[in-house]
Amino acid sequence: MNPLLPFEWIAAVRFLKEGRAQTLLTVVGASVGVAVVVFMSALLLAVQANIFTRILSTQPHIAISPPKDEARPLRDPRIAGEIATIQAPAQKLRSIDQWQKIRALLQSIPDVTVVSPSVSGAAFAVRGDASKAITLSGIESEPFYKIVNLPEKIISGSARLAANDMLVGSQLAINLGVGLGEKIHIRSATGIDEIYTISGIFDLGNRGANERSVFVPLRAAQNLLGLQGGANALDINVADPMTAESMALRMAAETGLQADSWIKTFDQLFTSLRTQTAANRAIQFFVGLAVALGIASVLVVSVVQRSKEIGILRAMGASRGQILRIFLLQGAIVGLLGSIVGSALGAGFVQLWRIFARNPDGTPFFVITLAPGLFLIAGLVATLTGLLAALMPAISASRLNPVEAIRG
Amino acid sequence: MADIPATPPVLRLEGVRRSFGIGTDVEIEILHGIDLVIEQGEFCALIGPSGSGKSTLLNIIGLLDRATAGKVFIMGADTDSLADAELTRLRSRRIGFVFQNALLIPAFTALENVMMPQLVDRGWPDEAMRRNAESLLGRVGLAARKDNLANAMSGGQQQRVAIARALAMNPALILADEPTGNLDTKSAESVLALMREVNLANRTTFLIVTHNMELARQTDRIIEVVDGRISTGTNTPLLPAVA
Repeated sequence: MNPLLPFEWIAAVRFLKEGRAQTLLTVVGASVGVAVVVFMSALLLAVQANIFTRILSTQPHIAISPPKDEARPLRDPRIAGEIATIQAPAQKLRSIDQWQKIRALLQSIPDVTVVSPSVSGAAFAVRGDASKAITLSGIESEPFYKIVNLPEKIISGSARLAANDMLVGSQLAINLGVGLGEKIHIRSATGIDEIYTISGIFDLGNRGANERSVFVPLRAAQNLLGLQGGANALDINVADPMTAESMALRMAAETGLQADSWIKTFDQLFTSLRTQTAANRAIQFFVGLAVALGIASVLVVSVVQRSKEIGILRAMGASRGQILRIFLLQGAIVGLLGSIVGSALGAGFVQLWRIFARNPDGTPFFVITLAPGLFLIAGLVATLTGLLAALMPAISASRLNPVEAIRG
Repeated sequence: MADIPATPPVLRLEGVRRSFGIGTDVEIEILHGIDLVIEQGEFCALIGPSGSGKSTLLNIIGLLDRATAGKVFIMGADTDSLADAELTRLRSRRIGFVFQNALLIPAFTALENVMMPQLVDRGWPDEAMRRNAESLLGRVGLAARKDNLANAMSGGQQQRVAIARALAMNPALILADEPTGNLDTKSAESVLALMREVNLANRTTFLIVTHNMELARQTDRIIEVVDGRISTGTNTPLLPAVA
């Protein structure tokens, strides 16, 4: 007997060792449950992280834009009613009023990591007879690259943007039949036409974006789109992307401008991710329930099988509390062992996923990592599940009448 | 003034009654007012036909069951007023049990089974506990089998281990329920001799429930229970009232 362990531990461990087959089956059951939970959680976290990474690598957390033009109906105070129905106006391209001041204000907000002004609007990229509609974005490289890491997405040339330089999407370059160092016309809706040199070709990982996107220096876009000195968007990144919506509301209140968080922009995606998370939690709950019922049923049988021994221990002076703890500990030990083996199994499943779940070019679908916290949580939850599962059999064991128990 | 013994009797029962199914149509009284005194060092047999109430009486004496009416004193302590936890403690420290089938705990070795009452009482194993158990196993002639699991021993050996276990807390009273019932003649004699030896050496009181008249005749006192009453035997009268 280990002198470092109390009576209850010694008895619980011996009882588990004696019923080896039962214990093994229960631990295997708990392990499979924990493995499923660990693997699914890791997979779900990785899927969500991958989606967020993809979105946020090409998107600011918050976009500030001028307030939308709104139609105001004319009212006749004499009749207290509208005298005409006003049609909603088309939205004009216009600058954020005093955007430099607003930029400074936003930069002073804690947790705002970067504010990047931009001008964007529709234009055409023209080369010879070919003309393609594009989204022209004028940017300040230094802050903008902190939001969208364009240098990392450059597949040819560099992300450097001098006065007459431009960066074009890979698909647009193919469609126009142009390459690095070649010149193309950019023609805006206002009729301004200027020639720019392709200094870099990028791949944003999205065919549509690669077909439309063109980046030029801010000043160039201001001229082309007729917003001299202006900026029609302030792109913002914050320390925690998940707080973007609440911060956007705060910014809208402080500036009186429109502030859209990426969470709001991708509302449907978020809804589906929330549904996915809820489904995963439901699966985890039912797996946990199945594990708990497995442990409980084995312990119920164990209490019946050991009723004589419980009676003897009670006759020798074991208290109800001691008997209760012996069976609670058995449940907790099974849960703990299940969590250890299950975590290892789960890690094995993840490793298999890393090996086999790959794109045709051999690259992984996405990066799947196993956070140590996941194992810790799995261990705690499984042990607690075992403890709770053992509660009912433990109580029934502690309430056994020693006389009847010994008699069998 | 009558003489009052310096130490209280190990066991005193006053008008003990035990009914089952109380408040129902099938209420039945098994024990009808038992008076009994057993002094320290007595070696007694409790006999009686099946269904006479022996086991019920033994359970009440062993504090495994409570009397419906009457009083049970163990070493002078009135057990009626004790809460369950106190009753359990008193049982653990004053009473040892030897059951018909030894009822050792199969998950533990002979030595660990003997250590068990002290382990239950103190909560943690220690070296003194181990030495005491080894000494007791030596005394019942099983020192060499101390590491055997309970199931790996013969019935007689298991019963010897059970006696060693009953002695672990050095109790005042050992209750033996048919201790030789499942043993062959030789083993039965050996077990009885062992109990007698302990009784003489330690002045440990024994109350042995048996159907075996041969065994009963080897005790100092036979207490016969018939239909829930003590009918014959050298039933010691209650202590004389103070004049």
